[in-house]
Amino acid sequence: MTEPADFLLAVEGLSVSFDGFKAVDDLSFYVDANEIRVIIGPNGAGKTTVLDLICGRTRASAGSVRFRGRELTRLKEHQIVQAGVGRKFQTPSIYEELTVFENLEISFPRGRSVFGALAFRRDEAVRERVREIASLIFLEPMLGERAEALSHGQKQWLEIGMLLIQDPALLMLDEPVAGMSVSERRKTAELLRRVLRDRAVLVIEHDMGFVEDIAHRVTVLHQGRVLSEGSMQHVKADPKVVEVYLGH
Amino acid sequence: MTESTFSRKDLIGVLTFAALILVVLPMALDPFRLNLVGKYLTYGFVALGLVLSWGDAGILSLGQGIFFGLGGYCMAMFLKLEASTPAATKIQSTPGIPDFMDWNQLTALPWFWRPFHSLAFTIAAVPLVPALLAFVIGLAMFKRRVGGTYFAIITQAIAAILTILIIGQQGYTGGVNGITDLRTLLGWDIRTDHAKLVLYFISGGLLIACLVAAQTVRRSKLGRILLAMREREDRVRFSGYDVANFKIFVFCVAAALAGIGGAMFTLQVGFMSPSFVGIVPSIELVIFAAVGGRSSLLGALYGTLLVNWAKTTFSEDLPQLWLLAMGAMFIAVVVLFPNGLAGLVQDRLAPLLARLRPQRPELQQVAPAAVDASNQGVAR
Ligand SMILES: Nc1ncnc2c1ncn2[C@@H]1O[C@H](COP(=O)(O)OP(=O)(O)O)[C@@H](O)[C@H]1O
Ligand SMILES: [Mg+2]
Repeated sequence: MTEPADFLLAVEGLSVSFDGFKAVDDLSFYVDANEIRVIIGPNGAGKTTVLDLICGRTRASAGSVRFRGRELTRLKEHQIVQAGVGRKFQTPSIYEELTVFENLEISFPRGRSVFGALAFRRDEAVRERVREIASLIFLEPMLGERAEALSHGQKQWLEIGMLLIQDPALLMLDEPVAGMSVSERRKTAELLRRVLRDRAVLVIEHDMGFVEDIAHRVTVLHQGRVLSEGSMQHVKADPKVVEVYLGH
Repeated sequence: MTESTFSRKDLIGVLTFAALILVVLPMALDPFRLNLVGKYLTYGFVALGLVLSWGDAGILSLGQGIFFGLGGYCMAMFLKLEASTPAATKIQSTPGIPDFMDWNQLTALPWFWRPFHSLAFTIAAVPLVPALLAFVIGLAMFKRRVGGTYFAIITQAIAAILTILIIGQQGYTGGVNGITDLRTLLGWDIRTDHAKLVLYFISGGLLIACLVAAQTVRRSKLGRILLAMREREDRVRFSGYDVANFKIFVFCVAAALAGIGGAMFTLQVGFMSPSFVGIVPSIELVIFAAVGGRSSLLGALYGTLLVNWAKTTFSEDLPQLWLLAMGAMFIAVVVLFPNGLAGLVQDRLAPLLARLRPQRPELQQVAPAAVDASNQGVAR
């Protein structure tokens, strides 16, 4: 298989097994720049593992992940981030003991080396950017609060904000609206639509309404393989998908 | 917004501590007791490092005695060489080398002793030798993501190995007795009361300088990254930071601080021996920091002073009970008061004070609150 140069992300033949169990099995898919791709599939299908493989949290046993033509499988996690890939975890992963401001500030892409962090100054550019992101994620009034005081939905937004401040070319979100109230879901969809314009996004989500709302294309995963791929209409009509996933 | 630079509160905390150790104690105590406090203060350097590495970054080292000892030995080697002039050692079969070498049939100064003829080299080596070893250990451990309990156990093992090595290599190290009979520093007799007083002030001044440096590190973004790392290492990693480098850095800083403490110990106490390097002293050093409060620099310093004061008082009367008391203290601190005295004061006293004072709108970080509270409570 050859990789056309204009794909932002090209995943080819990606595999990993845990104790002989193939969680991801010879998986290939391609994501365009500025595309919103949603990955759906039953629990245990390997969705989270795919994101883990792309961002370097799990090492692939075979296959390649090319991002802007660069092989990611050999890079370390922080190098993958610096290459422009942001990852949101399934459960909110924020620094509860720090304030909302500090959470965002730590994620601001400057002073990432030890001595860079020592010399880092909270200047106007940092404050400005933190405020900008905070207003995007509906948390501007909470900047001085410790993050542990936030609601579950607000924590999810904060983590999204921590990624946005890095301005990644590829944003990967693992179930961003899980556990949110209806109104929070609506706000999140609005937030994502607003911020997802200038970048590619890979979203794992179970909420079908939400998926229909935002997805350009959908990849259905089953037992570590692609079961179906295409527009929401297409995969919804696919009998295999109905059988293993949507049917329940 | 939270504090991102050295604040007024920090300054008041530092000044209060400085006033205590540089003015109040020297006026209140006789030279013997003051020298004891000077010895306690050298453990304070280790406590500062433990607050950074353990309290903030979550890296528990049970081997800080290694670095304390290395710093102490560096200083002892210099002083020993100065005390071993050919004239002073002319009865030896090889004059001009330290006495214990002569007893062990060495006929020449080992190569690694030679640079310690130079005070400048020694002063550089005191923080750098411990930091270098910490760097090697950190590189081997943190790059492989060894942490938590495994790391603590490995540091214990290294402490044990180093002790055995020092004791075994008598001819090079002075063995179990350590390096003793130290006399002068560039011709200045360090054994007199006056010298001890001067050394006390040098040690105290250095400790305050290190306190300010450590506080500055904590108030930098690096300090917040350490906290973030302790809580969510993965999130920090996936925010583009090489987490291992930050751990290595803070571990090296803690080692360098311990080394400075060790050197000041040697100067004030007049010898250095393997009994400050091994497993038990290393655990004691952790207890000193834990009792005061591992997430407060000042808390850890006051705690170190208090525990050592108690230790001296107890061991004079009931030496057997001291070990038990220390064990009980450690368990209490770990199980009941994870933030030590500083945390206790902060949880009990701070709310009281807050009720007396109108609440300010800004949110304070935990650390300055703890620092401040520990001041108001423990310093009294
Ligand atoms: N680190 C791991 N060790 C062992 N098994 C794992 C690990 N990570 C995931 N798995 C297994 O791989 C399969 C896929 O998991 P996951 O990717 O989390 O599924 P999904 O996100 O689609 O629900 C599951 O059976 C899970 O138990
Ligand atoms: Mg999952």
